Amino acid sequence: MIEVHHLTKQFGRVMAVEDVTFRVERGEILGFLGPNGAGKTTTMRILTGYMPATEGTAVVAGFNVFDQPLEAKRRTGYLPETPPLYPDMTVREYLDFVARLKGIPPGARRTRVDTAMERTRVADVRDRHCGKLSKGYRQRVGLAQAIMHNPEVLILDEPTAGLDPKQIIETRELIKGLAGDHTIILSTHILPEVSQTCQRVIIINRGRVVAVDTPANLTKRLRGAEVLYVQIDAGPSDPRPVLQRLPGVTRVGETDRHDGAVGYEVETASGRDIRRELACAVVGEGWGLLELRPTGMSLEQVFLHLTTSEEPRPETPAAEVPHA
Amino acid sequence: MRNVLAIAQKELRGYFVSPIGWVILGLFALLFGLFYYAFLGIFVRQSMQMSQSGGPQSVNVNLYMIRPLLQNTSVIILFVLPMITMRTYAEEKRSGTMELLLTSPVTDLEIILGKFIGALALYAAMLLVTAVYVGLLFRFGSPEVGPIVSGYLGLLLLGGGFIAVGLLVSSLTRNQIVAGMATFGTFLMLWVISWLGDSAGPTTRTILSYLSITEHFDDFSKGIIDTKHVIYYLSFIAFGLFLTAKAVDSERWRG
Repeated sequence: MIEVHHLTKQFGRVMAVEDVTFRVERGEILGFLGPNGAGKTTTMRILTGYMPATEGTAVVAGFNVFDQPLEAKRRTGYLPETPPLYPDMTVREYLDFVARLKGIPPGARRTRVDTAMERTRVADVRDRHCGKLSKGYRQRVGLAQAIMHNPEVLILDEPTAGLDPKQIIETRELIKGLAGDHTIILSTHILPEVSQTCQRVIIINRGRVVAVDTPANLTKRLRGAEVLYVQIDAGPSDPRPVLQRLPGVTRVGETDRHDGAVGYEVETASGRDIRRELACAVVGEGWGLLELRPTGMSLEQVFLHLTTSEEPRPETPAAEVPHA
Repeated sequence: MRNVLAIAQKELRGYFVSPIGWVILGLFALLFGLFYYAFLGIFVRQSMQMSQSGGPQSVNVNLYMIRPLLQNTSVIILFVLPMITMRTYAEEKRSGTMELLLTSPVTDLEIILGKFIGALALYAAMLLVTAVYVGLLFRFGSPEVGPIVSGYLGLLLLGGGFIAVGLLVSSLTRNQIVAGMATFGTFLMLWVISWLGDSAGPTTRTILSYLSITEHFDDFSKGIIDTKHVIYYLSFIAFGLFLTAKAVDSERWRG
């Protein structure tokens, strides 16, 4: 549905996006993850035909966005970072204008506007001025705008930014509800969002793709070290030396302590499962083994790992993309 | 064409849902009324003098009233039109709605034409208001229709040229005030450029007066529709819109 090959965008001497390649299948929700200024917005703007790329190609719904921009735009819905609303128009007037702009014939316009308002639940503010709406409603009207022409591809730039927790959940549900009929790319710098809404994640940093995978695989694949959490009731004795002596253990750290029982984090070199040995050792000492479970790296840790451990590239200045 | 109309209508509605359209319309009607009153006074005095000195024919209302009035209107629009054009692009860029326009299935040219036609329609409405004043003259006198029509055509073309320049300036900035000031400055420059020629040699003078946007208006106010001037204005408008298209396009590349 979306194919991006070796996309590069340069602003003056700043590389905003560098050699980005990925695919999105029909009906998939792809998460675009990265710190601020990583090149997410730039990539999305290229895909929507807002700006041309310096190099590379992008094909959306079978149309190259550079060679056949109108065809591609007809099949793309876009919600920019700030919803593009006209403050002086009422929601209804605004959506009506959008419908005309998207080339919906006059006869179908009314029903399309109504459907879009219904799906995004903004019908109750239809006669209010866009400038007077709350942030949550603005975002939803922006979303109504994006789905107006029932596009095959939806591109959403930080759809939940600036919303309160309840609105975030609502918006997420809304996006998931749209998934079946639309192929969706959404960008965010909030991690739980990705694991909750997206089937696949692209992590982008300083304009480069650093990882592409499912949220679960990403967590698994990047687990450099196995970490076990173990809770032991050892009475007066200290179990740490015993744990330390187990084969492959690199580190033991105390994490929490509640009446008698103490929790430890046991780190081992990757690929070694020592749960059996650990259990035997603890029981052999006559202590109570209260809990034993592996703790994977959270997506937060993976993200930080990927976006901070990369050595800095001196040939390009820090990719602080100008937000035009 | 449907897209152009959609955008033009949106622009026009934008002028009137915010107070801008009404303020401009009112201001223009007021200024035009003041000039009308002043020239009417001059005209009446002139007629009285003529009849006292025993002149047989009456004073020409076209020559002493309508022509200076329309010529002065060309100066009023110099001040008023920047207020119409300053928001066209600057506002869209500031509020982020430019992203909606540029990612919708419409071409840059359609957007530009839509904005041009929207502004031109508001300007035409302004001229229509003044037509009421001029119409009153028919009630009490018998002016010639020809020069009035040609004068209004000239005003429309002149205003079109100004609007094209205004769009261009507005497309270069995201600040409305800056756009307004720069547009006004540019208008003034286009207006006074012929004055520079007064002290220059004959060739330079011809070139400069040809370039001056107001110089071409003179013949219209005299009742002459010369294709030379019509073509000047039309090519001026086309060139302005072309440069606007280039400005929008280059902004896309620069991001």
